[in-house]
Amino acid sequence: MNAIAPISDGQSPLIVSRFAVPAIRCAGCISKIENGLIDVPGIVSSRVNFSTKQVAISHLPELDDDQLKRKIEALGFEAQILAENPLSEEKGSTDKLIRALAVAGFGMMNIMLLSVSVWSGATGVTRDLFHWISALIAIPVIAYSGRPFFASAAMALRYGRTNMDVPISIGILLATGLSIYETATGGEHAYFDGAVMLLFFLLAGRVLDGMMRDRAREGIGALLKQTAPGAMVLADDDKTRWVAAKDLLPDMRMMVAAGESLAADGVIISGSSSFDCSLMTGESEPQPRGKGDMALAGTLNLSSPVIVRVTATGEDTSVSDIARLMDEAGQRRSFYVRVADRAARYYAPAVHSLALMAFVFWMYVGAGWHQSLLIAVAVLIITCPCALGLAVPAAQVVASGALLRKGVMVKDGSALERLAEVDYTLFDKTGTLTLGRPTPVNLDDLSLTQKQITLALAQASRHPISKGIRSGLLALDIEPAALEDIQELPGEGMTASWNGVKVILGKPEKSEDHLSSQLSVGTDKVVLQLQDEIRPDASKAIARLQVLGLPASIISGDNIRSVSLVARALGLTAQAGASPQDKVETITRLTDSGHKVLMVGDGLNDGPALAAAHVSIAPGSASDVGQQAADAVFTSESLMPVALSVKVARRTMQIVHQNFALAIGYNIFAVPLALTGMVTPLIAAIAMSLSSLIVVGNALRLNGAAN
Amino acid sequence: MSGLAILIPVALLMGLCGLVFFFWAMRNDQFEDLDGAAQRVLIDEDEDEPS
Repeated sequence: MNAIAPISDGQSPLIVSRFAVPAIRCAGCISKIENGLIDVPGIVSSRVNFSTKQVAISHLPELDDDQLKRKIEALGFEAQILAENPLSEEKGSTDKLIRALAVAGFGMMNIMLLSVSVWSGATGVTRDLFHWISALIAIPVIAYSGRPFFASAAMALRYGRTNMDVPISIGILLATGLSIYETATGGEHAYFDGAVMLLFFLLAGRVLDGMMRDRAREGIGALLKQTAPGAMVLADDDKTRWVAAKDLLPDMRMMVAAGESLAADGVIISGSSSFDCSLMTGESEPQPRGKGDMALAGTLNLSSPVIVRVTATGEDTSVSDIARLMDEAGQRRSFYVRVADRAARYYAPAVHSLALMAFVFWMYVGAGWHQSLLIAVAVLIITCPCALGLAVPAAQVVASGALLRKGVMVKDGSALERLAEVDYTLFDKTGTLTLGRPTPVNLDDLSLTQKQITLALAQASRHPISKGIRSGLLALDIEPAALEDIQELPGEGMTASWNGVKVILGKPEKSEDHLSSQLSVGTDKVVLQLQDEIRPDASKAIARLQVLGLPASIISGDNIRSVSLVARALGLTAQAGASPQDKVETITRLTDSGHKVLMVGDGLNDGPALAAAHVSIAPGSASDVGQQAADAVFTSESLMPVALSVKVARRTMQIVHQNFALAIGYNIFAVPLALTGMVTPLIAAIAMSLSSLIVVGNALRLNGAAN
Repeated sequence: MSGLAILIPVALLMGLCGLVFFFWAMRNDQFEDLDGAAQRVLIDEDEDEPS
């Protein structure tokens, strides 16, 4: 998990751990974190990366990640532990492309310099010399920078298919070969400049595409939370040992402390506690579970330690069932073909046959194989316009950059394409339409002392209601009261004594139809009402979606009462009590009747639905599974980004289509010239750069699309 | 003509220098934190920069 850094000062090796700290906003935060951490014994150095909002700490092996996380939190910043860069391989591929781009750029500029002098009338020995120097630069540059295309083309050919890279590779190789021949025989034209320039612009398109993907993945990786890696297992001789999740076996006894999540499904054999099952069911209210009840992997034990006998592990747990369901649901979507690939499917064969026809025709009219080959190569190069290679990525990168500034991370280009096509929206309730955390609504009913006592009690518990009360009180700048003998009674609440008076924060005496909590100080009793609040702007965002032609409805695993409350407030139809399977079925039914569904959800129970929908969006507070299954993640509390992304996606597709029209218009103009043998390297070079610049300029108009 | 014999190698060499420098910069993570450098200027340092 951690990288081992080189040994320093002859001591034990240093370990580098990385943390995501989303709250870094200014220079002050940088110095506060770096200077604060340097004072901690065991930490050798720390470095804040402001762009990615990460902190890299190199420290002695004695410190573990949890301790470091607490140190950062002590400085006043929320931190998440980052696993050793799981996407490093992906990042490496973009780096490779950037290097290839740099080399191609170097070659292009130098060759262009020489070509310009040839075009402006260099003759005889000078021209030959310039051609030789160009060849000297071009051959290594093409060999280095062309590898991504050659490799992809070779792969496609090996499987008997063809893709955009095949005509590109053939064109470049033929152009290079011919140019070398021309140079060696003292010919008039060489195509080195065209070949290298083609490489440069195509690589630029690939780099843009790769950077967009990296940026979104990094953002999402930073939000990933950790899952239960294993459990403390009670052996027959009552000794405990740590067992990793994959090594757990049925009938083992797990000790699950309060605040731990379960690593396997099981039956409680001793103790009772309440469990946060929102991951599985979407229900926000904690479920009390006692001896003999099932407890599922992925649920969080809230109040007191229990011993659980394992019944199912790994592949067999309910969590894995959901993962399997997600895989199957995702299959449907993998048939989606990206716009660029659809274009390439018709385009590549057309280009090949055009070039071949040109060659055959000119051979037939007796132009000689040399002249005919030259024309065929000109057709290949001119019809592989960089404009087509840039048309899609340029627009998508600019659009995703604009969305990123508004807090929406789009995972890849095809997500934007699919987002532009949706015509129906399904919302999950808990955590999606609502904030997914209960907030107290009547704190003013408490006196100052009561508030202080409540805070002291609430902050000792991990119960979601306590957390909600705590954050509500902390926002009011309340100092906790000094309490003694704080205890958590499972299913009942927190008790303590305050100046000799017994204080309780727990279940209200008469049950309400929504979340509530009761504070008693001695005989004084106050009931605190809590609500899982609807996201700000939710109804505005839904209205905006309606304007865009997307009707919406709610599909939730929660009980009908709490769902109808939200549905009524937002004026939407709703389906309550839906299992993950039900959600997928609803989406399949809508899809079969011709709808393209946008699913917005967060929980594990939404995972299959997120994967099954045409396109999906998850809030930043979503579970790992939700974020991984979704095509885009938005980080704000408002729901507005959902409507915004649909709008931007549609605008992007408009620009992409315009770009295609521009690129094809350029072809209609250039191909006849190439076929008649009138394309000189000069014309090819000008046409190529001009069309690329126009396409990129057109894409840049998307920059303001998210405003 | 004789000028070219000097100027072309010089031009190529300078271009190569730029390329090598760019590769060096990439290898040394100079592009990892572009916004951070702009922010770090603003940090007041009473003592020596840690790390």
